[in-house]
Amino acid sequence: SQQVRGMATLKMISIRLKSVKNIQKITQSMKMVSAAKYTKAERELKLARPYGIGAQEFYKKAEVKDEEGEKGQLIIAVSSDRGLCGAVHSSIGRIVKTDIAANPNTKVVTVGDKVRNILQRLYAKNIAMVVTEVGRKPAVFGDAALVAQSIINSGIEFSKGKILFNAFRTVVSFRTTEMPLYSQNAVANASKLPVYDSLDSDVIQSYTEFSLASLLFYSMKENATSEQSSRMTAMDNASKNAGEMIDKLTMTFNRTRQAVITRELIEIISGAAALETKN
Amino acid sequence: MERMALTRSALRLFSGRFTQACQVRGYADAPSMSLTFAAPSQVLYNNISVKQIDVPSFSGSFGILPAHVPTLAVLKPGVVTVFENDGSTKKFFVSSGTVTINEDSTVQLLAEEAVPVDTLDISAAKELLAQSQSQLASASSEVAKAEAEISIEVSEALVKACE
Repeated sequence: SQQVRGMATLKMISIRLKSVKNIQKITQSMKMVSAAKYTKAERELKLARPYGIGAQEFYKKAEVKDEEGEKGQLIIAVSSDRGLCGAVHSSIGRIVKTDIAANPNTKVVTVGDKVRNILQRLYAKNIAMVVTEVGRKPAVFGDAALVAQSIINSGIEFSKGKILFNAFRTVVSFRTTEMPLYSQNAVANASKLPVYDSLDSDVIQSYTEFSLASLLFYSMKENATSEQSSRMTAMDNASKNAGEMIDKLTMTFNRTRQAVITRELIEIISGAAALETKN
Repeated sequence: MERMALTRSALRLFSGRFTQACQVRGYADAPSMSLTFAAPSQVLYNNISVKQIDVPSFSGSFGILPAHVPTLAVLKPGVVTVFENDGSTKKFFVSSGTVTINEDSTVQLLAEEAVPVDTLDISAAKELLAQSQSQLASASSEVAKAEAEISIEVSEALVKACE
């Protein structure tokens, strides 16, 4: 029976070894795909950065502040539909959760399924809109414009708002950042607005709508780059871990194989010795 | 432009004798203007000091010089002309966007699409105009009509820019 057990264990170990080797191949190829997507995303982000930073300048220079009001808070949480990318989605989800807990009158628009899944259990009522099919292809301005248009069309009103996304720092690090969003009323009541000449409500409305699309586009670009670099790191770690497991399993496999052979030898020899003494 | 030239030549006349007494402040030594002109997928100017920018907007085309009054404007399809400090001018066609002029003379020109005018193909622009006009004729809903009208506006501006 020990013999049988030895054989079965060998089979089990070799099955396990094959599956871990397959996993390592998959994670390695995912890492290479992410590396290619990351290079492209980083290139596009570099071109989009002046646009994104320029789009925020007016709000800083005009010293726009959040509206005093009870219309609640709007959070646009930018993530994507795909996982296996480290802490990218969970860091956003965590901040949204603490925000809603502190401020229950909050509406969330999630760009991407992952944050929706995180919020689904406790805060399903706060989710106002979900944008799907995010992350497969690099974002273009038209996508951001579509999201912005849907938000405007849905008539969501808010006194203060923010866009939550992961700003890309380096290949191995990203920072979860927020960009403030201001309602049209907030802009109209900005302390330095009178400095700006010949503005009517039409211009302010067009300006805030266009800048919503621009800021969304910029945050989507930053987030995409952070996500791809994070996935690259995660898959690299997974491949390394799989490699370690393969080494350990191979050791166990070889040891078990030798033990089985030794046992067989012992049995043969003791059998032969028993025959000899009989004779 | 003539006013600037006059002031400059007047300065040259006086500067020799009146440098200590008279600090004439003409447009020639106005504070410089820092332009950031970008589109979502390309950067044309990133905090570059320029002399003048002409922009087409829905509240009229206007030129921006240093110390222009702060304002916001929405861009119309048309040509943006940038006069650089070394005297050269560059023209770009923009489809839409916004322009912000701040108190400290920084200008952010954010265009949805911006291309140098010399890359435009006039025959393609004329074709686009014909297409949009037929679209307007066959448009049924208000939204389709509005979209066709926008298309016509852009293609008319494109054809004008090529000429």
